[in-house]
Amino acid sequence: MIQVQVRKSFGLRPGGASFSLDLDFTADPGVTALFGPAGAGKTALLEAVAGLLKPDSGRILVDGEILFDAAAGVDRPVRSRPCVYLAAGSALFPHMTVRGNLLFAAKCRRLPRLERHRRVNELLERFRLEAAAEQRPGDVAPSDRESAVLARALVSRPKVLLIDGPWHGLDAWPRRRFHDLVHRARSEFGVTVLVAVPVFEECCLLADRLLVLAQGRVVQSGTPRQVAHEPASAEVARAIGGYTLFPAEITALDPGRNTCRLRLAGAELAGPYLPGRLLGDKVTVCVRPAELSAWPAGGKPGLNQVVGRLLRVTELPHAVLLRFNDDITVEMPAAAYEEQKHRREWLIEFPPGRWRVL
Amino acid sequence: MQIDWFPLWLSLRVGAIAALLSVILGLWLGRLLAAERCRGKRFLEAVIELPLVLPPTVLGYYLLVALGQSSPLGRLHETLTGRRLLFTWQAAVLAAVISATPLMIRSVRDALAGLDPRFGLAARGLGASSWRIFCRVSLPLARGPVLGAAVLAFARSMADFGVTLLIAGNLPNRTQTLSVAVFDAVQRGDGPAARALVLVMSVIVAGLLFLSNRLQFGRAVR
Repeated sequence: MIQVQVRKSFGLRPGGASFSLDLDFTADPGVTALFGPAGAGKTALLEAVAGLLKPDSGRILVDGEILFDAAAGVDRPVRSRPCVYLAAGSALFPHMTVRGNLLFAAKCRRLPRLERHRRVNELLERFRLEAAAEQRPGDVAPSDRESAVLARALVSRPKVLLIDGPWHGLDAWPRRRFHDLVHRARSEFGVTVLVAVPVFEECCLLADRLLVLAQGRVVQSGTPRQVAHEPASAEVARAIGGYTLFPAEITALDPGRNTCRLRLAGAELAGPYLPGRLLGDKVTVCVRPAELSAWPAGGKPGLNQVVGRLLRVTELPHAVLLRFNDDITVEMPAAAYEEQKHRREWLIEFPPGRWRVL
Repeated sequence: MQIDWFPLWLSLRVGAIAALLSVILGLWLGRLLAAERCRGKRFLEAVIELPLVLPPTVLGYYLLVALGQSSPLGRLHETLTGRRLLFTWQAAVLAAVISATPLMIRSVRDALAGLDPRFGLAARGLGASSWRIFCRVSLPLARGPVLGAAVLAFARSMADFGVTLLIAGNLPNRTQTLSVAVFDAVQRGDGPAARALVLVMSVIVAGLLFLSNRLQFGRAVR
């Protein structure tokens, strides 16, 4: 288990804005993905745990072992922490053989000579790299190179693997192989993995738990499903993507009957009571296109309904995405749309319980 | 007509020792300057590159004053070794080091700064010390340019004239290097000796330059 509670403020960055890190979280064994926009502090978090970045205050523990404690003056060097940091695009060293790369990692940790060779041979065997061991990375198949990067990281038997993005480089990386390797590190070697991935869908595929970061802070944590279905804020919903966000105003609140009313883009929405909100509050309604339903307009819009003018249609593999005025987007089955495709005025419904107020 | 080949051997010896010293200095300071941030980096760069632009006579004069028998440095050397430093072959080595080191530092700095930063980062993440990264990762990856620069430093060390003449003098069979000997032969009007020395010098330096470029940039045709 990783426990982190640190602060670090950076001076002015070349961009002009100052940045500070204020983290407080624990990560259980398994794979925890760090998700957030660029500049959210994912790399800084990983570097702080690895020992490459010294926080101003706070402490970092792994399995109860103190790695950093500003108050007690403890700051263990990178090589004596039970962590290995895989920076983005951590390639093998091209001037060493695959075996040489693994031995380099072993020497960094000051392992005794015999132990070094024993571990390197063991890992070469477990990753089926014996044939490639004496070759330079340039002569080795790409999949073996990727395995070798992981093998090199595992030579020191770390408890924690800190991965900053796929180490193959970000563009056109073979996703499946990367996922398989991360899962192998967790299940076969029992390593706790913290991995920063810039794509939300990847986070969901990879991780048991998510930490959503924004501006140097953890803004939400939970399972990928929780985060995907109940984003904690409009910021998180925007970062995850796939949500449409509408500004809305609270027009009525009735705790007695457990109801509320919202005004949104000309529609009147009714839903359950919103605790902690006041009448007249500006809120954000957050909804997925597939959670809305639409049909050709006929008659006046009722409660939770609004009339929309169809602006654009985008074809998806099994559905169509209808864009209306006021940024309203509805996803519906392609067949249902085909029957009504000549219509321009539609009635859109926000079914109660399908939208969230943030 | 007998040509005295002592200057050639002296030049080769001075060049080799000076090249070795400038490689050591170049690796140390080049690495320092290649680091992204270091205090007074621009000032240090300016001081290091001064010998490239100052006239050799000005530089030589500074050294004469700094290393003379009345200066603290000169006295220190004399008490330590019992000999004076000026007008010995060691002074020629010093002159050569001063002319070759800036080139070496520049090359090392550029070679290290031009390396793919991912390799250094990968090594740091594994827990490598900065010394290990330098010796086992950066230097081997920058091997070509650094070796090329070392050869160039050797050529430059052999070829130094102005500062050498001022602080090592022109003492035949003691401090007369090849470039100084050419000057001496021309002064004496000794045409054959001058021609022979010039030819030898040109061939050696041209060969070294070819080798240096080959090491730095690889073969022209693959």
